[in-house]
Amino acid sequence: MEKTPDNAFVESVVRKGYEHGFVTNVESDAFPQGISEDVVRAISARKAEPEWLLDWRLKAFRTWQKMAEPAWAKVGYPTIDYDAIYYYAAPKGPAPKSLDEVDPELLATFEKLGVPLHERAALAGVAVDAVFDSVSVGTTFKDRLAEAGVIFCSFSEAVHNHPDLVRKYLGSVVPRGDNYFAALNSAVFSDGSFVFIPEGTRCPMELSTYFRINAKNSGQFERTLIIAERGSHVSYLEGCTAPQRDENQLHAAVVELVAHEDAEIKYSTVQNWYPGDEQGKGGIYNFVTKRGKCAGARSKISWTQVETGSSITWKYPSCVLIGDDSVGEFYSIALTRNYQQADTGTKMVHIGKRTRSTIISKGISAGHGQNTYRGLVEIHAGADGARNYSECDSLLIGSQCGAHTFPYITCGNDSAQIEHEATTSKISEDQLFYCRQRGLSEEDAVSLIVTGFCKEVLRELPMEFAVEANKLLAVSLEGTVG
Amino acid sequence: MIEIKNLHVRTEGGAEILKGLDLSIPAGQVHAIMGPNGSGKSTLSYVLAGRDGYEVTAGSVLFKGQDLLAMAPEERAHAGIFLGLQYPVEIPGVSNAYFLRTAVNAVRVARGLPALDAVAFMAEMRRAAKVVELSTEMLKRDVNVGFSGGEKKRNEILQLGLLDPEFAILDETDSGLDIDALSVVARGINAHRGPGRSFLVITHYQRLLDHVRPDVVHVLQGGRIVKTGGPELALELEARGYGWVTEGA
Repeated sequence: MEKTPDNAFVESVVRKGYEHGFVTNVESDAFPQGISEDVVRAISARKAEPEWLLDWRLKAFRTWQKMAEPAWAKVGYPTIDYDAIYYYAAPKGPAPKSLDEVDPELLATFEKLGVPLHERAALAGVAVDAVFDSVSVGTTFKDRLAEAGVIFCSFSEAVHNHPDLVRKYLGSVVPRGDNYFAALNSAVFSDGSFVFIPEGTRCPMELSTYFRINAKNSGQFERTLIIAERGSHVSYLEGCTAPQRDENQLHAAVVELVAHEDAEIKYSTVQNWYPGDEQGKGGIYNFVTKRGKCAGARSKISWTQVETGSSITWKYPSCVLIGDDSVGEFYSIALTRNYQQADTGTKMVHIGKRTRSTIISKGISAGHGQNTYRGLVEIHAGADGARNYSECDSLLIGSQCGAHTFPYITCGNDSAQIEHEATTSKISEDQLFYCRQRGLSEEDAVSLIVTGFCKEVLRELPMEFAVEANKLLAVSLEGTVG
Repeated sequence: MIEIKNLHVRTEGGAEILKGLDLSIPAGQVHAIMGPNGSGKSTLSYVLAGRDGYEVTAGSVLFKGQDLLAMAPEERAHAGIFLGLQYPVEIPGVSNAYFLRTAVNAVRVARGLPALDAVAFMAEMRRAAKVVELSTEMLKRDVNVGFSGGEKKRNEILQLGLLDPEFAILDETDSGLDIDALSVVARGINAHRGPGRSFLVITHYQRLLDHVRPDVVHVLQGGRIVKTGGPELALELEARGYGWVTEGA
């Protein structure tokens, strides 16, 4: 068959590549490269932190020094030189006190990324905290949220304005020595978002944090802490992008969620860090620890993630189901193409009675992409009547990519019910031809088939972001066939 | 409408299947192609629709004067070629209605027509679904997933109705259908016959042609049209088998 027009088209979209790869020219105030106790102290001093927090950081640093980088994930990458990373980089100048004082260059950057910070232009019904390299540059709709008693601010602000809450909950879900990357984050974290929803309150807006790495050779180490008091409800979304650079950059974040009795936290991620180029050069190493604690009875934590970026993704958003009748959910789409590698999944730890969890994982591999689902379902002895349902589906596009599934199950209670289903399929020539015969372009056909494959997860996203996620999937799929 | 000359086709790196096929179908006519298994019937339909995996080594196909073989499958669809598949494909997670609307609007936009909004499309779809007796429930389900054989074929005719092609190829649309389903499908085909639309109906059996009366019947054997006649030729084949054609040739 005649193939020329297709090839030319495919080539043109491959060249199109990553949309958010631009660099913002702001003067950066960075600490010298490398990590030491002095750097940890300097970060803490720069943020004028209380003594207890410096102490917490130093303990984490000493723990980290004794730990070894984990090697069990099914990802390969050259050894990271932790002394070549800038651990703190912030736009120069005094910290802005309000959005009006933010450097217009930074406002323009977020505008360009589709996240306008002027409240007039902002997406209706969504409050945004914008984090640029190591600092939060601004948070929208703070006043409106405050009226409802909701606290939504940068982590640094929370340390100063709500020290008791931070001290009570920091490290309560992900202890500072939890794992290598969490320990590193605990030592050098610079900013992030803090959310507190008071008892019985339904947060009146979607909350969202947008993370942007800009500075060269810098790492981003942010922490997010969300506390939902009794009977409260919040939906939170994070988005991430970075410039296109030839060097790999490290992103090691920690997210902690605490849901008290009858509270519900819905946490959605649309991760689009720079994935590296077609040869696998550059891209973000995304080594993230996310965990939620269903502390109270009938509480619920739901993770939804759409992972299309990063050269390496290593993350397992998990739920510790302590409260009786609490519910944990994990909905995931991970797409790898070119030379991207993803090792992602979840841990559902059932401790309370009649705790329930659902895992729906959709992995899509194209090009030379490698996609691994790794999950643990752990039923403790006291978890009478616990139930888990897991479904892991993999879709392959082309013949040089890979999909792998590692489900681990430990069950300490005979009354538990655990179900696991897994499928692997390929986008078939038949499906592609059928769609094209009906008039769809090859790209639209792949996008339609993949969207269908991901439907169960996409419908979990908040309305405002489902459309974005759909577009992102379509863009990420461009050039994967031909 | 369509002009096929001396068409030679082989599978990619494989055997030659079509060996100098000539076929000409004027506007508004229904031609039937009959032939034994392996004679090249499905290959012909795939080559006309532009499926990968076949290599045209000689010959030409003109569709309304355009070189059809130089076009991508979707461009052929936009130009007015429709292929009803013998085995319609399942697309899990994509509702039939959404798929149909995406396809209809892709074709409309390519033909310079405005895309239909959801309301206008729904009205259009309901009307077309009635012709083949498909319920609204079927339109909400995923494309061909869990459809019976008859439902799949009716869904193909529904798409034929919505996409408004000028040349429709129906590849063994009658296979696997019981008598009732066959008559619904046949009624659907007949409803779409008209002076501006030609059909190429590929079938093994005479029985579809009892319901859809062709203008011309061809016998395809060994990669070539070996006999052409009127509707009575189909009856003769049914009675005497394909062997008779070559004996007589």
